[in-house]
Amino acid sequence: MALRNKPTWELLAEPDLSKVPVEELEYDAIIVGGGMAACGAAFEIGKWMPDGAKVALIDKAAVERSGAVAMGLSAINTYIGDENTPADYVKMVRNDLMGIVREDLIFDTGRHVDDSVIHFEKWGLPLWKQKGSEGKSLTEGGKPVHEGRWQIMINGESYKCIVAEAAKNALEEKGYDLYERVFIVKLLLDANKPNTIAGAVGFSTRENKLYVFKAKAMIVACGGAVNIFRPHSTDEGKGRCWYPVWNAGSTYAMCAQVGAEMTTMENRFTPSRYKDGYGPVGAWFLLFKSNVTNGLGEEYVKTEACKKELEKYAPYGTAEVTPTCLRNHLMLFEMKEGRGPIQMNTPKAIKNFLDDAKAQGMDDKALKKYWKQLESEVWEDFLDMTCGQAGLWASMNIAPEERPSEIMPTEPYMLGSHAGACGCWCSGPNEDWVPDDYKWGYNLMTTVNGLFTAGDGVGASGHKFSSGSHAEGRIAAKSMARYVRDNKDFTPTLKQTAEELKAEIYKPVVTYYENHEKTTDDMVNPNYIKPRHLMERLMKYMDEYAGGWTNYYTTSGKLLEIAAQHLKYLKEDSEKMAASGLHELLRAWENYHRIFVAENHVKHLQFREESRYPGFYYRADFPQTDVKTEEEGGWFCFVNSKYDPETGEWTMMKKHVHKIIPD
Amino acid sequence: MPSYVNPEKCDGCKGGEKTACMYICPNDLMVLDPNVMKAYNQEPDQCWECYNCVKICPQGAIEVRHYADICPMGGYVQPMRSSDSIMWTVKFRNGNIKRFKYPIRTTPEGSIKPYEGEASPGADQLDNEVLFTENAGRATCTPSNPV
Repeated sequence: MALRNKPTWELLAEPDLSKVPVEELEYDAIIVGGGMAACGAAFEIGKWMPDGAKVALIDKAAVERSGAVAMGLSAINTYIGDENTPADYVKMVRNDLMGIVREDLIFDTGRHVDDSVIHFEKWGLPLWKQKGSEGKSLTEGGKPVHEGRWQIMINGESYKCIVAEAAKNALEEKGYDLYERVFIVKLLLDANKPNTIAGAVGFSTRENKLYVFKAKAMIVACGGAVNIFRPHSTDEGKGRCWYPVWNAGSTYAMCAQVGAEMTTMENRFTPSRYKDGYGPVGAWFLLFKSNVTNGLGEEYVKTEACKKELEKYAPYGTAEVTPTCLRNHLMLFEMKEGRGPIQMNTPKAIKNFLDDAKAQGMDDKALKKYWKQLESEVWEDFLDMTCGQAGLWASMNIAPEERPSEIMPTEPYMLGSHAGACGCWCSGPNEDWVPDDYKWGYNLMTTVNGLFTAGDGVGASGHKFSSGSHAEGRIAAKSMARYVRDNKDFTPTLKQTAEELKAEIYKPVVTYYENHEKTTDDMVNPNYIKPRHLMERLMKYMDEYAGGWTNYYTTSGKLLEIAAQHLKYLKEDSEKMAASGLHELLRAWENYHRIFVAENHVKHLQFREESRYPGFYYRADFPQTDVKTEEEGGWFCFVNSKYDPETGEWTMMKKHVHKIIPD
Repeated sequence: MPSYVNPEKCDGCKGGEKTACMYICPNDLMVLDPNVMKAYNQEPDQCWECYNCVKICPQGAIEVRHYADICPMGGYVQPMRSSDSIMWTVKFRNGNIKRFKYPIRTTPEGSIKPYEGEASPGADQLDNEVLFTENAGRATCTPSNPV
């Protein structure tokens, strides 16, 4: 039998770097990422760049099914409609995120998001319509079926395919380029002009080949961060996280590493979802009107104890709609008291629907048909967007009309598009109503010249979801075209040579081949660490010390010191990551990004001496949620951070929150 | 519940220009072993169960075996996706079977012409915040006059 110290990957990485070609390319503008935001950018950009401009989109996967919507979705969660205004939307987001939001950015997304939704429908996405307006599009006055005030129901299995097709066809029509299976791992600053983006470097996951892109400007929109904290299941099931497992924090890490100011990176999202399958609960709460009970069968949110708990966090806790983090907080409150399991009372919700229909005079035959329709809708919610949850119900013989299902908060994820808010500190629109410290010329540009972001990348403006991310991509694209016009004479110049970049990016491959025969087992070798082991270590220590789920999201200054120490070790050891295949090299670079994001997260958790988001995390040493602003000595402010690419030092700062929309 | 490949059905997409599952997997998991012309999932514990490989496989060779560390054995969820709808079979551990069919798209695949019928605002419009498909109205409203 051969020794077990040989590479086993199907596509092997090449350790002889002279055999790894480098393709050097120059564009006016590039889009890094292929999800909803990047597709929005691809759609918009072609109408604003001058004729003959060179543009490319670069995705580490296939645009048809990449990003957070790759599996599909059962609802569009941001649709303003005729009943609301962008100002109403700001108020909702502000309350949900405990007041610390960029109202200018949220308002701006609210102005444009419906136009994206209208186009999704036009391109072929089926939207559920209310009785009486079936067959009518939104523009023809069709009324969508609302899941909640902001959410509309769709048959969304092919949501991403449709949006991707529009984006790809737009690129093709303009003669722009598309690179799939190229993983951009590092952004590059200009050699001459300070604080200005000049390019990006990545590698193919299909052949041994490096890509160096020069560009006057770029949009970096590659999603949030997953697998930073230990998931609930740690064997095969660790792939079943709620947010997509391929979101490795690349947006945050790459932007921060070139000096982009980051905001709200202490925020994380720990959505309460069906336990283990992580299936969506929104439709159950809002559309099917289900309630949630504790182990005693009580609707605990209605108890006096819970009401009192919420009062501690006024005005957010006492608002008409309880913020997502505080809903988690109540759930954790019950679980810690031993009053679990928390269950979605699906049988009761279904029974209520059927009883109502009966009361309205529906006969048995009609009732049977009605139930078939309802059952189909119930299952579609999972099958459209979390097939695995349907699998778990099938495996456990769960028929929702018969048995309630357990729900529980997940491990923490970092994102900026859902009910979370971390990301880059971006300029708002260049309009009079936007406060001066919120704008620096180009909408959605980070604090690095020419570097734009959208979707999960834009901080302090959560609740944009799929549609808002698409709209933001469009806003960023137009803004980037403006920047390119204003800087048409700029010639990006890289600091590093292609050979230097190749050596850096292929380092894990060289490390592997220099050492793999020094032991008899590929996975156990004191000279290197495999990406999977490094990721497991990151998740373990972040979970234990930085407020993961096993400690009910609780941390403290002392615990965070230990987390920071481990991150230092992890960072040092990441220099010894070893990759023998192209897939493993992808994992290695995802880890560089994850570790950097984790470091950024811990810096923010350490700096903010309060518990801003109870239910998402707790500083046990600072349990309060301040109402005082930074000027009054409190923490009602943004926490921003900036990494200096020259010195490697972090600067932490407080930034003022402007209330633009009155209550 | 990682995806797996039935070797009797997988032909390595030898008639196609690319291996479908390898083309589509958002997490770079599906690969082709060219020696035997069969695909496999190279990292099952990073599988999100998105079913994209299952849906795209022209031979119906890919299924999913539910996560071993989460699910009791015997559950089975399998789609058949056409150009305008998807049919799901859900088989329970106890043998019960349910079938569901949903629309997925109202236009033919590949038919989207993103710029057809849309405006082409001039370069003089580049300095405002109106997107190329939008008119004034909500797109230009401000917090003092939200619409």
